[in-house]
Amino acid sequence: MQRIYEVMFIVRPDVADEDLDKLIAGLEQTVTNGGGALKSTEKLGRRKLAYLVRKFNEGNYVLLTVEAGGALVAELERRLRVSEPVIKFITVRMDEEDKRLAKVRAIRATRKKLSAVPQQEAPAEPAPAPAAPAETTTQASA
Amino acid sequence: MPDETTTPAPRSEAPAGRPSGPGGRGPGGPGGPGGRKFFRRKKVCKFCTEKIDAISYRDVRLLQGFVAERGKIVPRRLTGVCTTHQRRLTRAIKQARNIALLPFAARF
Repeated sequence: MQRIYEVMFIVRPDVADEDLDKLIAGLEQTVTNGGGALKSTEKLGRRKLAYLVRKFNEGNYVLLTVEAGGALVAELERRLRVSEPVIKFITVRMDEEDKRLAKVRAIRATRKKLSAVPQQEAPAEPAPAPAAPAETTTQASA
Repeated sequence: MPDETTTPAPRSEAPAGRPSGPGGRGPGGPGGPGGRKFFRRKKVCKFCTEKIDAISYRDVRLLQGFVAERGKIVPRRLTGVCTTHQRRLTRAIKQARNIALLPFAARF
């Protein structure tokens, strides 16, 4: 079972672009070698840090979205911790959140479909709030 | 005898009085201080009304609306956020603080 993680890390600002690319490529290699899938790489650019980190006021933010198992993420974190240009990193697990969002969107989609259709079809799904009172009122009248 | 008859009466009043205290302080406000301590409950949760599902640590501008000047997280009685969203918001703010997108303590 593959989990989805978002790894955001900050690289020190005095690192050249090519070195940054080399670093990112190295990390991507780690992911693919360990049997994970790299979903996306985003370079968020240079940003001002909210506080001093290792005496730096700015940093290069990079966001990796990785689909991997837990052990691979531990290895990736170890690499980040050891690598000198990386000054901070955070890993957030996203698959549960994505599942929840998908569920909410699905419920919203079914609710929209019900309102679009003029005849009220009996929904088999767990009744969202607008549908439930309507059903109870019809039952009360009958 | 008279004690037994009179003591239950004040005893029943006191528990009735205490629950109505914090509840009654709300509407009781307009007569008294008339300050800002009441009737702010009309404020609705921004996330519920705008149907914002995902509160990510990455959208700093959204989070900054719920963070005070000194960097502290604003309590939900001031912002009107509902409990579930306040918990998610707190989590996101703390994650953002860890990755230096938001300060831990600002404006020294």
